[in-house]
Amino acid sequence: MKSNNLKAWLYLLPAILFLGVFMVYPLIDVLIYSVEEGYNSASQTSYGTGLYNYSYVLHDPYFLQAIKNTFIIVIITVPLSTGLALLISLGLNSIKKLKELFQTIFFLPYVTNTLAVGLVFMIMFKKTPYTDGLINMILALFGKGPVDFIDGPYWAKMFVMCFYTVWVVLPFKILILTSALASVDEVYYKAAKIDGTPRLRIFTRITLPMISPMIFYLVITGFIGAFKAYSDEVAIFGTNLNAAGMNTIVGYVYDMLYGDSGGYPSYASAAALILFAIVFTITCINLLISRKQPV
Amino acid sequence: MQDYDKISKQARTGAVIRKTVTYTLLTLWGLIVLFPFYWMILTSFKSYGSYNSEYVPKMYTTSPTWQNYNDAFTQVTLGKYFANTLVFTIVTTALMLFVIVFAAFAFSRLEFRGKNIVFTLFLSLMMIPNELVIITNFVTITDLGLRNTFTGLILPSVTSVFYIYLLKENFEQIPNELYKAAKVDGTSDLKYLFKVMIPICQPTVVTIIILKVIECWNSYVWPRLITDDANYFLVSNGIQEIRENGFGRENIPAMMAAVVAISVPLIVLFLIFHKKIMAGVSRGGTKG
Repeated sequence: MKSNNLKAWLYLLPAILFLGVFMVYPLIDVLIYSVEEGYNSASQTSYGTGLYNYSYVLHDPYFLQAIKNTFIIVIITVPLSTGLALLISLGLNSIKKLKELFQTIFFLPYVTNTLAVGLVFMIMFKKTPYTDGLINMILALFGKGPVDFIDGPYWAKMFVMCFYTVWVVLPFKILILTSALASVDEVYYKAAKIDGTPRLRIFTRITLPMISPMIFYLVITGFIGAFKAYSDEVAIFGTNLNAAGMNTIVGYVYDMLYGDSGGYPSYASAAALILFAIVFTITCINLLISRKQPV
Repeated sequence: MQDYDKISKQARTGAVIRKTVTYTLLTLWGLIVLFPFYWMILTSFKSYGSYNSEYVPKMYTTSPTWQNYNDAFTQVTLGKYFANTLVFTIVTTALMLFVIVFAAFAFSRLEFRGKNIVFTLFLSLMMIPNELVIITNFVTITDLGLRNTFTGLILPSVTSVFYIYLLKENFEQIPNELYKAAKVDGTSDLKYLFKVMIPICQPTVVTIIILKVIECWNSYVWPRLITDDANYFLVSNGIQEIRENGFGRENIPAMMAAVVAISVPLIVLFLIFHKKIMAGVSRGGTKG
């Protein structure tokens, strides 16, 4: 038994070592950073502890802008992408021919590099002196004037951002919902058919309750993912998100840490912990709501 | 009887309409998904001159050219970014497999004191978002002088609690009798692990490898923090670098050639393994 003990720990050693250094220690450290006031990364000294970092971050206009952007992205993309995914999955589930082809195509964005495809989106939407861009060409067909989606008005930029976010997150949601729909027992549908139940009623009384756990799962992970939005923003608007007015909370954390405005791990830590608190609260609320649903 | 005919006819037209609408909507979304790919391939074959002379972009090109691909690999160090990403992906995945296979084996087959507590602690680490720990990791790697090295790039991403969990669950499905029989035959734990358990759980191992490769190929945030020397850029950072100061004046066709080159490996991988990848992702992949 004793030798077995030793052997087991030996097998676990690499995992424990890596997790300890790169997950457990940082977790404690980030809390310490966030309360060290005036921390200087060069001399590694600080002149006190307190909540000043939090107060600084919460009063920073860039952070407030980042919070606003992040919340808008979350509020628009999470319901929209979940609803759209549900619609597409219902469609996929009702057909036989070409189903696999459609499934494969719809999944494609998942395996692509966000930065690379974001650049394509940027070019399709961008208006330059040489060209109005593809999207503006399509808008012109409907008699709408050219809009600068990349450097123009706030809501034009936000539209591109949300569009791209939905495009990126849909594959995963469609995949999950399609397999959830496929696993609903045929017997229920047959019974409903015999009773002559209308389609809408079948949907609200059978389909929806049967797949609701998966929908809640997607909503929860969707919220978490959307709150951490960052790479997609960089892909469209470039690394200087503050200049574009499109920064997100995670983007703010990284800007504080590194780059031209960087060198402030304390502010970055405070911002990251605020983000964690927000995500944690929202997740708890989501879980509470999903518990209340009769299954 | 006439009523019956009427109703059944109505039902049939209803079904046809429903089907048409469904296929139209699915095709529409399919086009939205595919269009950016079409656009990047198309643009990458347009010559610099013809692209810039099109005030209204054309949906086709009459004179395709390979020049942009040539530019992408000669004017910027795209080849270098590829090589870096390849090294990063292979080493990270290999190291991670080493770490998680042993951990999963310990949790699934060995009895030791504190096993449950350690496993619970491992699981609770799954809730920790990357954004929270990346700050200290950045400082740690910087203090160790490992910025702009492969070691610094690779080390923080060689463990994944989730994959340990996935593999452990799979290992546990192998009947214990097999293990005991092997023990009676005098097979060592290591031999049993590599000759019996891993071959049996090969599908899960392959899934994990594929998911990790996708993750590595697309990783952006950590490499961006830890490298500012273009010699160590991965493809994601490379594309950002190309966008911000590559190719002199905005040479969009060449940029698109670089984008196509970066996207192709994963898309080919996906087309070959699409069933495996989709099954793997639905079992446990959330992006990021």
